[in-house]
Amino acid sequence: MAKRDLLSIDDLTRAEAELVLDTAESFLPVLQRDIKKVPTLRGRTIINMFYESSTRTLTSFELAAKRLSADTMNVRASGSAVDKGESLKDTILTLSAYQPDIIVMRHPQIGACRLASRYTTASVINAGDGKFQHPSQALLDLFTMRQALGKALDGLKVWIVGDILHSRVARSDIAAFQLLGMDVTVAGPPPLIPRDVETLGVSVEHDLDRLKEADVVYLLRMQMERMQEGANFIPSLREYSALYGMTLERLRPGQKVMHPGPINRGIEISSAIADHPDTLILEQVESGLAVRMAILYRTIVGYDERSASERGAA
Amino acid sequence: MPRAAKVVMTGEQLQRTVTRIAHEILEKNTGDERLAIVGIHTRGALLAQRLHAILQGIATREVPLGELDISFYRDDVAARGAYGVVPATPNPVVKSTDLPFAVDGATVVLVDDVLYTGRTIRAAIDALFDYGRPGRVQLAALVDRGHRELPIRPDYIGKNLPTAQRERIEVHLTEVDGVDEVVLKSPAEEE
Repeated sequence: MAKRDLLSIDDLTRAEAELVLDTAESFLPVLQRDIKKVPTLRGRTIINMFYESSTRTLTSFELAAKRLSADTMNVRASGSAVDKGESLKDTILTLSAYQPDIIVMRHPQIGACRLASRYTTASVINAGDGKFQHPSQALLDLFTMRQALGKALDGLKVWIVGDILHSRVARSDIAAFQLLGMDVTVAGPPPLIPRDVETLGVSVEHDLDRLKEADVVYLLRMQMERMQEGANFIPSLREYSALYGMTLERLRPGQKVMHPGPINRGIEISSAIADHPDTLILEQVESGLAVRMAILYRTIVGYDERSASERGAA
Repeated sequence: MPRAAKVVMTGEQLQRTVTRIAHEILEKNTGDERLAIVGIHTRGALLAQRLHAILQGIATREVPLGELDISFYRDDVAARGAYGVVPATPNPVVKSTDLPFAVDGATVVLVDDVLYTGRTIRAAIDALFDYGRPGRVQLAALVDRGHRELPIRPDYIGKNLPTAQRERIEVHLTEVDGVDEVVLKSPAEEE
């Protein structure tokens, strides 16, 4: 059987995504007990290769691996051979010599993870590549929604508000939300909405007049680091905040607010919303651990729901 | 592959066997105030529920009931092999573990349907110890079919059933299979 990568949400069927979410749920009790560790991946090696800064994704993948008893190594671009001019291919070949089972990788270039997967026998998990995909974030977002709103997410209306153009979270989330039957709208200033985004099957809004129809409001920050210098995507942060910032006045009671973090209080989200009980931002961080444990577990154990004996008979 | 199936324990025999085991558990643990019954998913948990129901009627004290899922403790997951290999007897959708009593110092009776290699029990003991340090651990199995691969021995056995390794034992319980019975399946004669 070929190795299993998780490069994009598009790699998953609905049943597989739900299997990951169900598996994550069964890890929750483990995280509540005194001994927050299971021996499942004992003897396995997981390398976290991060070519881009990250706090929550790296720490949660690392802790997830440790909770499953795997051995982990973290490789960061700065201070490694990457600084000395080594190519991605050679770094992957070098690290593969240690026979890792999984490489978790974040890279500023779109498609870097797919390229890396060609040079290693390890499974590659995309922890964010450029503005393309961030599948583990999308799965933990789904998990957070299921925990807050119940398992049946079909027909829920989600508005993704903000810098859609530069956001890999938006790309993964649109696919993931649709995979589970949700109705997705993207909203933001026209220059930050990708052209032809309608072809993904989403509705587009350029103001928040109809925001109240959303069951979940998913906020994104302005990705200043990805905006080309000199390009004027928005007139000013203050104006963005006035037109698109999530405030108490815009919140319909019962509406859930999510954000992948890091949040910028006073810009895309007001302080009152950030600390509001209907805001799920900290739940998202918490979900991250269980969901990443489930991703690592399913990468090794497999997504096949049929039993081995059934497959043997086939 | 067609298999010849033979009923080796009827529903009535099964119920009598469970009742007998319940009495044996009480006898062996007379005066133990910290007795608890813990079933291993899926059918061990159902058998544990039945044992618990009977114990409710005959015990003079409350005997707590728990359930254990051992998926994350299996030794065939940790073993290095090809990717995506599903464990030999997989249980991919993980069930819940619930131990509604203090494990420390308790006398825990693990319940499983079929005792075979002993690897499931090894995993169950490991899982149990991550919740605390039981005073004693005992093992009840409805069927012991032999072929142990680990030094594990049951304290309570419903039926000893010597089998060939290519045969299969299936315990069917009303709750999930619609009928109570134990079936022995052999590979068809022509093979």
